[in-house]
Amino acid sequence: MSFLDVKDLKIHFPTDDGLVKSVDGLSFGVERGKTLGIVGESGSGKSVTSLGVLGLHKGGPAKISGEIWLDGEELIGASAEHVRGLRGKKMAMIFQDPLSSMHPYYTVGHQIIEAYRIHNDVTKQVARKHAVDMLGRVGIPEPGRRVDSYPHEFSGGMRQRAMIAMALSCDPELLIADEPTTALDVTVQAQILDLMRDLQREFDSALIVITHDLGVVAELSDDILVMYAGKCVEYGSADDIFYRPEHPYTWGLLGSMPRLDREPTERLMPIKGSPPSLINVPPGCAFSPRCPYAERTGGRAETEAPLLAETEGGHLVRCHMDRTERRDLWENEIKPVLETQ
Amino acid sequence: MTENEPLLSVHNMEKHFPVTKGLFKRQVGAVKAVDGISFEVYKGETLGLVGESGCGKSTTGRLVTRLLEPTAGKVFFEGQDISHMSQGHLRPLRRDMQMIFQDPYSSLNPRHTVGAIVGAPFRIQGVQTEHGVKKAVQDILERVGLNPEHYNRYPHEFSGGQRQRIGIARTLALKPKLIIADEPVSALDVSIQAQVVNLLEDLQKELDLTYVVIAHDLSVVRHISDRVAVMYLGKIVEIADRKQLYSSPMHPYTNALLSAVPVPDPRAGRGRERIRLTGDVPSPLNPPPACRFHTRCWKAQDICKKVEPPLEELAGGHRVACHFPENAPEPAKAAPAVPAQE
Ligand SMILES: Nc1ncnc2c1ncn2[C@@H]1O[C@H](COP(=O)(O)OP(=O)(O)OP(=O)(O)O)[C@@H](O)[C@H]1O
Ligand SMILES: Nc1ncnc2c1ncn2[C@@H]1O[C@H](COP(=O)(O)OP(=O)(O)O)[C@@H](O)[C@H]1O
Ligand code: SF4
Ligand code: SF4
Ligand SMILES: [Mg+2]
Ligand SMILES: [Mg+2]
Repeated sequence: MSFLDVKDLKIHFPTDDGLVKSVDGLSFGVERGKTLGIVGESGSGKSVTSLGVLGLHKGGPAKISGEIWLDGEELIGASAEHVRGLRGKKMAMIFQDPLSSMHPYYTVGHQIIEAYRIHNDVTKQVARKHAVDMLGRVGIPEPGRRVDSYPHEFSGGMRQRAMIAMALSCDPELLIADEPTTALDVTVQAQILDLMRDLQREFDSALIVITHDLGVVAELSDDILVMYAGKCVEYGSADDIFYRPEHPYTWGLLGSMPRLDREPTERLMPIKGSPPSLINVPPGCAFSPRCPYAERTGGRAETEAPLLAETEGGHLVRCHMDRTERRDLWENEIKPVLETQ
Repeated sequence: MTENEPLLSVHNMEKHFPVTKGLFKRQVGAVKAVDGISFEVYKGETLGLVGESGCGKSTTGRLVTRLLEPTAGKVFFEGQDISHMSQGHLRPLRRDMQMIFQDPYSSLNPRHTVGAIVGAPFRIQGVQTEHGVKKAVQDILERVGLNPEHYNRYPHEFSGGQRQRIGIARTLALKPKLIIADEPVSALDVSIQAQVVNLLEDLQKELDLTYVVIAHDLSVVRHISDRVAVMYLGKIVEIADRKQLYSSPMHPYTNALLSAVPVPDPRAGRGRERIRLTGDVPSPLNPPPACRFHTRCWKAQDICKKVEPPLEELAGGHRVACHFPENAPEPAKAAPAVPAQE
């Protein structure tokens, strides 16, 4: 069992319009010192998943099932209070928008000090020194002075750093970063990605990076989970996903993005249509209305949901086409087009 | 593709927004959002405008379409000085210059049908159409890949990508010559971005459009542009043919931007040498003197803090504002002397 082991996680929200199946049978794991990247487009269920792992849906309207094992302890069955006690020390989260997770009326230092003192029996002075240290570590200039600043006095990049300092202040064993750099400029994003990589190495934590940006996952991840409509459609090592992907949706993502590391193409290859609403997920294969290969699996794609099956050595794919057909398509049709791009 | 006469030409254009304080709105400073930029856009081409948040891209777009009036400098559209033209005089020109906005949600009136939204320009400009406005609108809807039968639907019934198509349809109504697209795809999902990028390219070919595409995404800009201008803190620091800009960038900031983009190739990414800038973009309220990039530039020398580097042509059509450019052709630009007096 991995340090974090999630099995068949389902998170459904009853609404007036129907049941929203935000997360629908997701399984994944991460070891300490490793990074799992979760990629998917907006509304595919990434944030609901991360909040679920942290136990933040507890007591809310969400219906949750499955198992979440953290360091040998199951969290879905555990009390909200118990899970709250694990947050901060055992697991922590970095959000896309640092303003929404920092209190506007307290100084940045105050917030780190409070978080630290919940889990560590130390004096305010000791905690303050720790806060200054952490701010310095994440690259805030003049941390001794900036510790007394309010969040709105920081730039976007500094706030993101301060939030990372806060999340790491108790040395969490699992860190979930949900779109940690989406709101940032590219030069600042590069700094934050470096920082996360360095800190993870140093703290030996298990890291989950959630993003819609294939470049960001490629930079950070050991393993990658591709999510579509609340389900995993492909899972594998970073090399599996980028060098031998087997799912038509993954191909579509790769063909959609213009790339700086290749010669420019004449034309991008978009995926037709748009992602489904999670209330009315198409029956059968959820990707079938947009899939250029749906015909190849006959009527099955429309009626029968494909299972996530291993293709080789831990590489999982959810598609009715058989392995040889998929590999053949990738090698002979998709990859050559992507590479001449 | 490019004819000699530019469609749009901008000379030393500035926009300073006053910063006021207190009850009497005393001016205490100015945000130098755009601070003296010059460029041309030729007929039929796409000029990309890139740079990080707050560098003045949107302000530039709003100035050249005269949604804003420049504080100084000149804007010429088809050779005509429109810098301070009155709204009345601008009205006929508005047909020729259109803007597409980033947010397909807030830029469409939720209470109007698609037909009313796309047809509004005809009514506002009092344009007569051969088979009536409805037919004209339905033709445009079809052209941008929307179902003409959706004429009576409301924006909320469409997805993000479809709403962006509605926004594009609206700009096409009056057959404009110039379209300024401000972050036209950045609010869209990756798979939908590609649809809209392809649509913009198709329309350009068919309707002989000229584009200025504003975006912070360097890959999208490279894909779509013929020439690219890089902005930093209200200035253009480099402008060149896209091939030159991306394969031999001369300004240190352009080099840093390009090297910061994460590549979707894990092995290449791991081995890549990167330029890492420290710190954030300084505030445009108080930009650093002389070369504005000197506070973050690894090549900065004394002179960079004292003398502003002019935007100079160092290779055919490749203009750069830097005392110590990278990839400069031989003979290399001689290092300038530091003036003796401050
Ligand atoms: N009406 C205004 N009054 C005062 N300041 C303004 C106004 N409009 C823009 N600014 C400021 O001018 C600068 C440039 O703004 P602009 O919107 O052009 O940036 P941008 O390059 O489009 O950035 P982004 O990538 O975030 O859209 C910013 O500092 C902005 O805060
Ligand atoms: N509290 C909620 N009630 C109902 N639906 C929700 C709730 N939270 C999220 N959803 C829905 O779940 C889906 C996945 O959302 P989310 O995880 O935020 O997506 P993303 O992948 O963009 O992070 C979306 O369709 C969203 O509208
Ligand atoms: S199961 Fe069929 S429709 Fe679904 S992804 Fe595979 S080929 Fe496409
Ligand atoms: S002028 Fe000097 S500080 Fe500015 S970009 Fe060039 S080398 Fe760097
Ligand atoms: Mg999210
Ligand atoms: Mg803008």
